[in-house]
Amino acid sequence: MSKSLFTYVVLTGAVLSLPAHADDVKAGQDLALDRAKGNCLACHTIKGGDAPSSVGRELAGIKRRFPNRADLVEILMDEPKRNLVAPMPPFGRNRILTRSEIEKIIDFLYTL
Amino acid sequence: MRHALVAALNATCALLLAMAPAKADGSTVPEAERMAFQAFFFAKFPQVAKEDFGNGPYAVNEGMRKQWQEIMQFPPYELALDEGHVEWDKPFANGKHYADCFDNKGEGIRQTYPRFIAASGQVETLEGAINRCRVENGEPPLEPMTGTMASLAAVMSESSRGKPFAITIPDDPRALAAYERGKEFFYSRKGQLGVSCASCHMSPAGERMRGDILAPALGILAGMPIYRSDWGSMGTSIRRISTCSSQTRALPLQADDEEYRNLEYFMSYMSNGIPIVGPGTRP
Repeated sequence: MSKSLFTYVVLTGAVLSLPAHADDVKAGQDLALDRAKGNCLACHTIKGGDAPSSVGRELAGIKRRFPNRADLVEILMDEPKRNLVAPMPPFGRNRILTRSEIEKIIDFLYTL
Repeated sequence: MRHALVAALNATCALLLAMAPAKADGSTVPEAERMAFQAFFFAKFPQVAKEDFGNGPYAVNEGMRKQWQEIMQFPPYELALDEGHVEWDKPFANGKHYADCFDNKGEGIRQTYPRFIAASGQVETLEGAINRCRVENGEPPLEPMTGTMASLAAVMSESSRGKPFAITIPDDPRALAAYERGKEFFYSRKGQLGVSCASCHMSPAGERMRGDILAPALGILAGMPIYRSDWGSMGTSIRRISTCSSQTRALPLQADDEEYRNLEYFMSYMSNGIPIVGPGTRP
């Protein structure tokens, strides 16, 4: 039992250290599209998404635009702190998304 | 030419704002703020006529406008207008009528609401005035967001179409304070989504939000009350504002809450000069 738990912890650690696991990208996509969670399509266009929105910029070329992952974390945690008049909700600060959900959404965003 | 004019106007507003002393009578600061507010929208939507701002998304989006023109072949608020006229003409138990409560028998005066009432020291909305009329004549107040109230508001708006919003801030520090609190509400981020009225209805006005087009804050109350397809019924200004609260995942206030009344006061004052076009219709 303790050996399998040890194996689990070690393996999980190994997975987290790797770039974007496919499961996390899928989970991130689901969270991004979920109207009760990220609801990104309410304001942004995502290629392949229905009913494009134009309040914010299209979510494309994210790796090029935000090479530094920490910037995306800050934006998703609390964009109004960076830009007072930005309409974007403070997803992390207002606990719409947890930190781990934000990380998964970023994994997904980096595929766009 | 138009851009030069707007730039000049902006410069004038900035100058006025800089020069404006915080006068207790409120005549200077709100007026400079209104000019800047309107200049922002006139510059953002140079193709939209001043008279059209009350039509919200239909004024700023060509595709929406075509749909609207089809809808308006049979305006969905007609039934409410019919009901409203019947109710308006029906005497109270004491024999008096709604018309007895209002200036000019209630005709062509919607553009002067909300009003600051010295006796209460508070802002009174159109719907608040209708309910005060009822209560003073021994009738129970109406539910202020929909139903008969929306129908009566539709009647009063219809007779005021084309008349520009003419909201006054009387020489009373409480009136200026109400305006200031309304302004604070408008720009304050609220709800779990942490967005303000301005977050959606200032800079992003005209932008697409899934299937919807965000209405400009300028003139937004000039089209009220509205038949909103999303509701499948009529709603007053406060029903729409209350829906906005819910959409930000905030707990809406009571329909007659002073904060909402102050907000309507500020928003309507910002729209002074924009003609009434209500009752209206929205997706």
